[in-house]
Amino acid sequence: MDPRRVRQDFPVFLHRGDPHPLVYLDSAATSQKPIQVIEAEARFYREWNANVRRGIYRLAYEATQRYEEARAKIAGFIGAKPDEVIFTRGTTEALNLAAFCLGETRIHWGDRILITEMEHHANLLPWQVLAQRKGAELLAVGIDSEGRLDLEDFRKKLNAKTKVVALAHVSNVLGTINPVAEIAEAAHRIGAIVVVDAAQSVPHMPLNVAELGCDILAFSGHKMLGPTGIGVLWAKSALLEEFPPFLVGGEMIREVWIERATWADPPAKFEAGTPPIAQAIGLAAAVDYLQALGMSAVFSHGQRLTGLALEGLLRRDFVEIYGPKSQEERGALVAFNFKGIHPHDVATLLDQEGVCIRAGHHCAQPLHRRLGIPASCRASFYVYNTEEEVEIFLSALDRVWGVMG
Amino acid sequence: MSPYEEIILDHWKNPRNKGRLPHPDLVGVEVNPLCGDAVRLELSVADGKVKEVRFDGQGCAISQAAASLLTELIQGRSLEELRKMSEKELLSALGEVIETRKNCALLPLRALRRALAPKA
Repeated sequence: MDPRRVRQDFPVFLHRGDPHPLVYLDSAATSQKPIQVIEAEARFYREWNANVRRGIYRLAYEATQRYEEARAKIAGFIGAKPDEVIFTRGTTEALNLAAFCLGETRIHWGDRILITEMEHHANLLPWQVLAQRKGAELLAVGIDSEGRLDLEDFRKKLNAKTKVVALAHVSNVLGTINPVAEIAEAAHRIGAIVVVDAAQSVPHMPLNVAELGCDILAFSGHKMLGPTGIGVLWAKSALLEEFPPFLVGGEMIREVWIERATWADPPAKFEAGTPPIAQAIGLAAAVDYLQALGMSAVFSHGQRLTGLALEGLLRRDFVEIYGPKSQEERGALVAFNFKGIHPHDVATLLDQEGVCIRAGHHCAQPLHRRLGIPASCRASFYVYNTEEEVEIFLSALDRVWGVMG
Repeated sequence: MSPYEEIILDHWKNPRNKGRLPHPDLVGVEVNPLCGDAVRLELSVADGKVKEVRFDGQGCAISQAAASLLTELIQGRSLEELRKMSEKELLSALGEVIETRKNCALLPLRALRRALAPKA
């Protein structure tokens, strides 16, 4: 995989080059989009636009076919069956759906829900609200000094009352890759449902839901070269059968009377209203693009770049790094701080050289409180980033230290 | 590489009037929960004018430098005049503040307005 060739497919790098070439190191927030994805979405509007699932005419039939082909492709990408893939607005909506439905069927007063200290608010707040709604207990598994999950703490907190274990596959701040299969095995032994926030893993590594061993998995299109406004909830068929609908309205019913209704089968049961049709087709094009690169190559490219950044950061004694010190335990991002300097100052100065990094709490306030910092800087890498960009980033850091240190 | 004017770096590295007053007449605190920036302004007042001023706080260079500079700008001025102090006055005293960070620069002014607000 040659990132210099990959870059040529991304129009943003052509449009934004003044006064410095764009060094985009914030793909963990959202990825850039290749022309193939932009064109696929535009082509739908140009050639196939109609609402899905209800038109009798040929145009509507074709739109529905494209939409369902997109579902099948995206399902295949994670080793799932098409009927187990629900389109949502993103990871956040998918996790809200999972929490709401599990709350209706599995969580009762006095039950326990386990999350971790490293969760993004999207995989914390739905469970917090659910615990309050049902009188359940929400506990967070701790982390060790290098930001790995404390598995001893997990085993201690996993008890017979635990009905749900929800965790990130890859932390969006620490970068830690969590041992989901091991956790799922322990959780399943006591009959708990395992929910995985895969927003930071599906875009970057080969992933198969059966091998991962979870019951529910959520991810977003826009972090994997796809459009905004679309995400995926994958859940085992048995759960989708058991769940009540989350949103109700058009396109998700079998029969409706004034005082009662029956529901369509999954996945339609969970897709009330007109779904993100063009976005689904755009996301399928993103899957095509990633599969052409090969997910193993995508993963090793991310590992190589993040490893270089990590090494460079570790060599600078004015930098503090969060998360594991070895790249084998990490995904394609690294969070850090300059000693005594606010991350917003670092990000503003880097922006002057065209280097885009994230600075803030990354929607993980409890984790930052646990680390004892108000905020952090984060650099994240993807298929269009080059080794040269890592060098530009590192030398820009030295100039920031020169100004502020 | 600096978009930070020399005056910002100077006030950030050498803050003026930093600390607390033993018996402040007026206190104003402002916090930006998004980034953790916090500024506390303390004033002592004589004849309707600012006699002494201190600031305390933590956060980014722009918010802390702006707080330091603000203490110099308001020293000796009447409270009545300061109630009308404009954002423009502080921003132009800081030199150039880039658009994305104006909110940081104005945090201390909001703390001042809080200190000067009529008590309920």
